[in-house]
Amino acid sequence: MKLRKASALAASVLALSLTATACGSSDDDNGGSGDGGGGKITVGIKFDQPGLGLKTPDGTFAGFDVDVATYIAGELGYTPENINFVESPSPERENLLKRGDVDFIVATYSITDTRKQEVDFAGPYFVAHQDLLIRADEDVTSEDDINNLTLCSVAGSTPAQRIKDEIAPDAGLFEQATYSECLAGLENGQVDAITTDDVILAGYAAQDQHQGKFKLAGLNLSDEFYGIGVQKGSDLRADINTAIQKMIDDGEWDAAIEKNVGPSGYAAEGAPEITETN
Amino acid sequence: MFEFLDLERYDLFGAFWVTVQLTFYSAVGSLIWGTILAGMRVSPVPIMRAFGTAYVHIFRNTPLTLIILACSQGLYFTLNFDMGAGKDLEALGFRLAVLGFVAYTATFVCEAVRSGINTVPVGQAEAARALGLNFFQVLRLIVLPQAYRSVVAPLANVLIALTKNTTIASAIGVAEASALMKAMIENEAQLIPIAAIFALGFIILTLPMGLFLGWVSKRVAVKR
Amino acid sequence: MSDLSVLYDAPGPRARRRNVLIATLFVILLAAGAWWLYGTLDDNGELDARKWDPFVTDSRVWTTYLLPGLQATLTAAALAMVIALPLGAILGIGRLSDHWWISKPVGAIVEFFRAIPVLLLMLFANEAYAMWTDVDRSDRPMYAVVTGLVLYNASVLAEVVKAGILSLPKGQRDAAQAIGMRKSQMMTFVLLPQAVTVMLPAIVSQLVVIVKDTALGGALLGYSELMRSVGLVSANYGNVIASFVVVAVIFIVVNFLITSFASWLEGKLRRGKRSTGVTVTVDPGAQVGGVGGGMAVAAPPSGDGEKA
Repeated sequence: MKLRKASALAASVLALSLTATACGSSDDDNGGSGDGGGGKITVGIKFDQPGLGLKTPDGTFAGFDVDVATYIAGELGYTPENINFVESPSPERENLLKRGDVDFIVATYSITDTRKQEVDFAGPYFVAHQDLLIRADEDVTSEDDINNLTLCSVAGSTPAQRIKDEIAPDAGLFEQATYSECLAGLENGQVDAITTDDVILAGYAAQDQHQGKFKLAGLNLSDEFYGIGVQKGSDLRADINTAIQKMIDDGEWDAAIEKNVGPSGYAAEGAPEITETN
Repeated sequence: MFEFLDLERYDLFGAFWVTVQLTFYSAVGSLIWGTILAGMRVSPVPIMRAFGTAYVHIFRNTPLTLIILACSQGLYFTLNFDMGAGKDLEALGFRLAVLGFVAYTATFVCEAVRSGINTVPVGQAEAARALGLNFFQVLRLIVLPQAYRSVVAPLANVLIALTKNTTIASAIGVAEASALMKAMIENEAQLIPIAAIFALGFIILTLPMGLFLGWVSKRVAVKR
Repeated sequence: MSDLSVLYDAPGPRARRRNVLIATLFVILLAAGAWWLYGTLDDNGELDARKWDPFVTDSRVWTTYLLPGLQATLTAAALAMVIALPLGAILGIGRLSDHWWISKPVGAIVEFFRAIPVLLLMLFANEAYAMWTDVDRSDRPMYAVVTGLVLYNASVLAEVVKAGILSLPKGQRDAAQAIGMRKSQMMTFVLLPQAVTVMLPAIVSQLVVIVKDTALGGALLGYSELMRSVGLVSANYGNVIASFVVVAVIFIVVNFLITSFASWLEGKLRRGKRSTGVTVTVDPGAQVGGVGGGMAVAAPPSGDGEKA
């Protein structure tokens, strides 16, 4: 009697969960790595980075990285409807490429030597500099001042490590899981500045609800060359480089910058030289 | 495969030491607060019973990540409550994390202690009351000492879970093991080998803990 | 001692006055805390309509982020529960096996998977699926999350089931043997059904843990569960605290529904049973080997109608 009840319960739970999975996986696509196979291309971006890669409330994607990815995919022969954007969390980026889960990654992906041992890069398509985001009515003029500040950054990220180890070992550093969480501290005065790449900061400053509240300090604390990650030995790289160059030459690149981070007052320097060719 | 493991650069043992410290303070705190909560839940004052019940239901049903973030986002960033750490951010993060772990883990301690109280035969409390002991005396002198002895094993499990849960403190920048793991992954681009090292570290921490407390629980169990 | 009123005498007039006094002080303290909280939040602009409005006025917040996130969370949790429960039962029985070559390896498995943080289990599972199976890329994070949850929670549930079986009176076993049942029959028809009933509160605690632990898959594996939507919503609307609160409330409600359902179920199962004298209150401590490596609790009191 009891057993019968229990198994009826189990069966109904099972049925429920199966229906749920069925719905869950209905947004499947052909996936995989094949370029052109099935006429779709899979691109890794960030989903939560305003101005660069952001999943908007209508379920579409917006930002500079998204525009670059869309342009490149266009040059490779894919219309925007055939681009499948997937989220590429920072720690997973190399693995996504190695496994062939994505065709390429445009996600504030700095070119470094250790990463180059795992994946190949095309580009760079952008040069960012580590900088501070501060309240609009304050100023930080020199690197030495940073030691007196309380900063916020993302735990374990390169900018956070650089602040601790090189730039300002004496500064207070609050490490959070995301930059959005740092923003609350900046708004309420517990932290004096948020530090990471300037273009990421500009993305936050350019958001409607933050306009006029924050600004960039304008310190060039580092050079970060953003590359487009591809699988090691991928023949996509040459085509992507050509596409980036074309985007820069025909002015689309500048337009994308202006559209996505322009409202923050951030003046990006020109497009970088493409160096990752062999 | 493990050539990236540069102990000069990455203070592996230091990071695990922070994990141990986090676990220790949180465990002590949860034990105290959990016992107080259990006391509230069996107390004669209805409003305290209600508070204890509500507290347990709310905190146990919320993901720990949310509680830890609420400590940093809510208590510090929004309410500007600095736990007496002033501008010492390392201490601040640590204390906020301990506070969060205590708030959460205490609910499990409370439930464990409460079931421990249930194992004490009714006659014990009746005899104590017959002697004229009041509620606190009954609890402190008669019931809790027996209750604890019978719930060592469940509390050991809470402790193991707590040890592993301390990894969530990296979300608010406490430099414990998983924070180092994140930094290593960011620099070395080697997700799986690095994760394997840290998995091993946790096994080394928690396995002996479980075995030891399992042995203790058998030793102190109340024979009935 | 499930009727806890044995801990104190029925309050007389003086005790009743004292209780009222304590209650009043307590309420005042709580109210003061709440007032301070409200005031500071308000001062910091966290109660601005701008930060909370999106959840009411902009239905896209729900359709784009929260509801799909909730669905992903519930899917992974339901799958993990359905697989982990029987697996946990099998492992738990295995640990009690008379043959050392079954009980020792099973014991090792249980101890091993209890010792590793679930997040790392999920990572390894994700990698394993990528390497050795052709699970579709878009489904893989869910497989990894479910696998991690199953490995861990089945180990914990194994301990719960073991403790439940051990807590049954010896007479049950003896009686089953006396009427000539084989070991497997004794387990399936006599011990297991009772053990599950006895341990239901602990099992439910573990189910709640499963629901909450799906959140681990969000940040690292890109599984778009409910917690992940906090990051997405706040990146768009700049309202971290408000998003956290909304998501926390959803989690609490879901888990509350699960625990309420379970205590209703428990009541039903108990009522249908001629008392065997078995409840979890018998002696969890001595035997509850491993309830809640995850965070669950050993055997909360049974008969008091609490949602344990």
